[in-house]
Order: sequence, then structure tokens, then C-alpha cells
Amino acid sequence: MMSNFWLHPSIILLVGACLLPFIPQTLKKVYLVLVPALAFIDVLYMHNGTFGLVQFLDWQLTFGRVDGLSKVFAYIMTLMCIIGSIYGMHVKNDWEHIAAWSYVAGSLGVIFCGDYLVLFLFWELMAFSSVFLVWFRGRKESLATGYRYLLVHTAGGLILLAGFVLRYQATGGDLSFGPIGVDNPSLYTYLIMIGFILNAAVPPFHAWLPDAYGEATVSGAVFMCAFTTKTAIYALARGFAGMEILVPLGVIMALYGVVYAVLENDSRRLLAYHIISQVGYMVAGVGIGTQLAINGACAHAFAHILYKGLLFMGTGSVLYMTGKSKFSELGGLYKKMPMTFLFTLIGGLSISAFPLFSGFVSKSMIVAAGFKEHIYWAGFLLTLASAGTFLHTGLKVPYFIWFGKNNCSDETWEKAADPPWNMQAAMIIASFLCIFIGCYTPYLFDMLPYAEAAAEYHPYTAYHLSESLQILLFTALGFFLLIKKLAPEPTISIDLDWFYRMAGRGFLWLAKKPIQWTDNCVNEFYRYLGLIPLMTTARFWSWFDWNGIDGVVDGTARSVRNLGSSLRRVQSGQVQYTIFYAATILALFLVAYALA
Amino acid sequence: MLVNFIDFLRDRLPQVIRLCYVGLGLLVLWDIFFVHKEHAHTWAEMHIPGFWSIFGFVACVLIIIISKWYGHLGIMTREDYYDE
Repeated sequence: MMSNFWLHPSIILLVGACLLPFIPQTLKKVYLVLVPALAFIDVLYMHNGTFGLVQFLDWQLTFGRVDGLSKVFAYIMTLMCIIGSIYGMHVKNDWEHIAAWSYVAGSLGVIFCGDYLVLFLFWELMAFSSVFLVWFRGRKESLATGYRYLLVHTAGGLILLAGFVLRYQATGGDLSFGPIGVDNPSLYTYLIMIGFILNAAVPPFHAWLPDAYGEATVSGAVFMCAFTTKTAIYALARGFAGMEILVPLGVIMALYGVVYAVLENDSRRLLAYHIISQVGYMVAGVGIGTQLAINGACAHAFAHILYKGLLFMGTGSVLYMTGKSKFSELGGLYKKMPMTFLFTLIGGLSISAFPLFSGFVSKSMIVAAGFKEHIYWAGFLLTLASAGTFLHTGLKVPYFIWFGKNNCSDETWEKAADPPWNMQAAMIIASFLCIFIGCYTPYLFDMLPYAEAAAEYHPYTAYHLSESLQILLFTALGFFLLIKKLAPEPTISIDLDWFYRMAGRGFLWLAKKPIQWTDNCVNEFYRYLGLIPLMTTARFWSWFDWNGIDGVVDGTARSVRNLGSSLRRVQSGQVQYTIFYAATILALFLVAYALA
Repeated sequence: MLVNFIDFLRDRLPQVIRLCYVGLGLLVLWDIFFVHKEHAHTWAEMHIPGFWSIFGFVACVLIIIISKWYGHLGIMTREDYYDE
């Protein structure tokens, strides 16, 4: 292989997406694995360096910056694309696959870009392709949810754009995307940061996430839960390592997600709140900014994509088979969907950082980095949040879907069964990787951007094992003692999206009531005082002009009108006649020209 | 097979629960007597026996109680709240 040859994996996915509708039905399933697999192999054999330089107007754009940080993210993104595509293999709607692949292409584009212009291009591609994964759910709510999602991300994109335009001006034409200088933050630093943390779902910019992910299609949610937030973590790790404000923001996120997860009745929305919680660890890791912490953020993003994908696949399977995702409409399903239960449990144990599962080796890295830097409050609060994680994802989700009180209707119970083979295959792959990462640490640790810091970190010490097991098992004790308090309630929880949902409604009311009323008043006023006198005067002058002036002077107006009515017959308004006349006239001209 | 195993455990629920309590007890004892604490970060971890057990249990109870209290302030509402 030529060493300077470099193919952007996004191109593979985008070309693959364009060709998808032309692939015969018999080959489609193979094709759906082949394309993301090619992108994965492409990433696997990439060498470090800078590739894909393009001159555009005054700027040199960089499409391919390959280094440790971009490689580990690209690896897990393309791997997740394979798993997600296998999971969604049965989906007949080609457009859903095309949207998913374009979305992944956007994420990879951000990961490999070297400047803000390319970043912005792919950033928007992500938002505009992923919204279709919500719309294709096809419910009445999906449309509104999709528009809200798009609106929030467009606003975020504009803030980001404003940030890097200001930076371009302040630095005298620097577009390069790298460490932004967190020691002397200025307005543009914060604007770019807000653009990034909006995609990372940091409160108060987080409400789009549960809103959209709870409403997405079954396989769409599996894609969405992986890419947007983790691409934002990549961007933060690249630009904002050591930005101190990210530590408290990350801790708030971790706890915020936990609190809302207690209240949530919809299993997929609960998982969505736990994304916020888990991404909080990564944001805090970026804020701490040491080599260990950045490694931790990358490792946790890697592990998170797999176990969260697995959890969304598990609850997605329940939704796909039964049509239900609310705890108050499920329960006692272990006899009907045992395999789905097992896979979801593996996901739950991984996210809870149980020893031998992936979260144990990744999450602890961030917490350890916090303690090591003596940020004790952050270390303890993140540990507290991890008790909450086990409480919900490890205990509440499996318990209230597969055990607990059976709230299923006869129809739901009848329909419940383990999902088709492809969905199970995807869950097997993800489950295997969750356990593999937890048991064989070099697999993940060798990929991390700071090799030395990774080699020094050992998660399997007696102290760490004892600490984790005590926290988790005593959380379980608390869960079973307080289980009555956690019984599902058929409610929704008001979150900060209330403000823009109600603002939208308020705007509509404003438009309907006061604005329209004023408009009507002005119209009426104008009609009586302006239009009626004006028309009367105009009518008089028209009469005078026609009968007085034209009659007296030369009758031009009359002749023009007569000519007009005869011409009108020619103008039938049908295109073929117009073309016919035009062609005839053209031919006549040509003949006249030839003869002349 | 998995279903049979789960049913096997469910049929013996009291024994399973007792076993779990024994497990928790053993875990705390292991932590107190056998785990070296030199890697602990803070004073509390080193000197309070079973610190993380207490932490885990209290964390769980606090999370449930505070969240539910917050939810019942009016944050949890009827499902058709946003419908017009």
C-alpha cells in the first residue's frame, strides 16, 4: 500500500449510501455490512500524518489529520457503524440507512478535520442527516420532535460559526482547529465551547437529547446514542483540554442525568438521560485535562458507545417486538425475551462499571484522574453518580421490563419474543466487546492517545475492586429496600425544553391573537379611510380617461385593447403551443436569414 | 436454559436473599481486614471501616429520595401535558 495514499472513510460511507438504492434486494444485507466494514478497515490501516489538503479560495482546508486522538475515535465510530447496520439490517426503508451512514460520515469528517471550516461542514451534515432518524419513526410527534432537534442544533451551529469567525478575525486569519488556548479565554473561546457542549448535551443545552432519542426509530436511536455526543467529546478533547469550567459542568451533568432517570417512565428516555450522565464523566475528564484524564475521556467514550448502543439495542428490541417502551406498560418479560434480557443486563453491568465489564476500566480512569489532581469533590460526586447509574441502568431497566409487576396488556404479552437474528447478532457482538474490554485491558489501553499514562494505569487493584463492589452491591441493597418508591408512574418529566416549547406556543398565540388582530384593525382602517376614497377617485379618472381623453384624442387605447384580445387567442397557456410558436418564428427568421 | 435458571432462583427466593446478605457481609469483612488502603485518596477512606459500603448505600437512598421529592414538586406531570 502506498504510504501517502489516504482515503477519507466518510467518502466510503457517502458513496456507499448513494449506491444503496441500486443494490439488488438479495445482496442488500451483505452490502449493509460491507460498506461500514470497508470504512472500518480503512481506519484500521491509517498512518499518522496530515492528508487530504484542499485549496479553497484563500484557505487551505485539511480533511485528514490522523493522530492518536482521531484514530481511537474513528475506530470506535466505524466499529459502531458496523454493529448498528447489522442491527438495522431488516429495515426496508433505504433512506433510513442512507441517513444513518451520512450521519456517521459527518462524525468521521469532524474527527479527521484540521480546521473549523471543514469541521462546520461535517458538523451540520451530522445534524441534518440524523434528524431523519427521528422523522422516519413516522408518528405525529416525530415530526415536531425532529423540528425541535433541528432548531436546537441549527442554533448551536450558528453559535459555533460565530465563534470561529470571531477567532478568525482576532487571530488574523487562523482557521486551524487545535488547542484553543484555555488559559486566556475570550468571547470566541466561549462561543466555540457552547457550540461544542450543546452537542455534548451539557445542561442547560441538553433537553434536545432525551426529546429526540426517545422518539427516534428503533435502529436510528442506536446510531444517535453513539455519534453526536461523542463527536462533541472528541472536539472538546481536541480544543478544550484543561478548560476548568468543564469540571463542574461535567459533574452537574452526571448528577442531572441520574435525577431525571429516577423520574423517567420510558425506558429509552431513561437511557437517554443516562447518556447525559455518562457524557458528564467525559466532559469532566476533558476539564481536568491531564494525560490520564484525556485518556479516560477517550476510553470512556469508546466503552460508552458500545454499552450504550447495546442498551438501546436491548430496549429497542422490546419496542420493536411489543411496540412498547414504557415501564408502566411492560414487566415480567424474562420468559418471553430471555436473550434480550441477558444482553441488556450485560450493557447495564458495563455502564455501571462492574468488575470484568468495560465501564470498570474506563470510567475509573476519569475518577482516578480527579482524585490524583486533588479535586476531591468532583471525585466523590462522580462516584455518587455511578451509584445512580447502577441503580437505574443496571437494576431499574432490567427489573421493570423483565421482572417486577407484569403491566403488559394481552396484546403486548402475545407479541413479546426475542427479536430477529440480525438484531441478536448485533447485540452479541456488542456484548462480547463490553466483556472483552473489561477483561483484557490492553485492547483498549493500547489505542489511547497518551501511551505512557495508559501503561501506568491499572484498574484491577484490590482496593479498586473492593471499592467498586461495595458501592455497587450496597446500591443494589438500597434498590431492593426502596423498590416500592421506584415503581413506574405513567408521567412525563418537565425539562428545560419546556422553555422553548412554551416559547413556541407563546409565539404562535402572539401571532394568532394580538398581531393578527392589529393587522386586521389596520386593514379595516385602511379600507375605510384609504382604499374606498382612492377607488372612487380612480374610477372617476378612469371613466374620464376612457370616454373623455381617448375618445377626443385618437382612440389608441381602444385599438390596443382590440389587438390584445385577438392576441389572447394565440396565448393558450399551454407550453407545447408556446414552443411551437417560438420554433416557427425561429424557423422563419432562419429562412429569411438564409435567403437574404 | 436461561429461563430455567431464573425460575430455579425465583423458586428459592428466601435462600437467594439470605445468600446475598452473606455475600455483602463477607465483602465488608474482606475490605476491613484484607484490603490494603495505602492507595486511598482521603482520610475517610482509610479510617472508616466499610466506607464505600456506607457511601454506596447512602448514595442510593439519597438519589431516590431527593429525585422523587424533586419530581413530585411538579416536574413529573401528566403524559399529555404538551398536547394541545
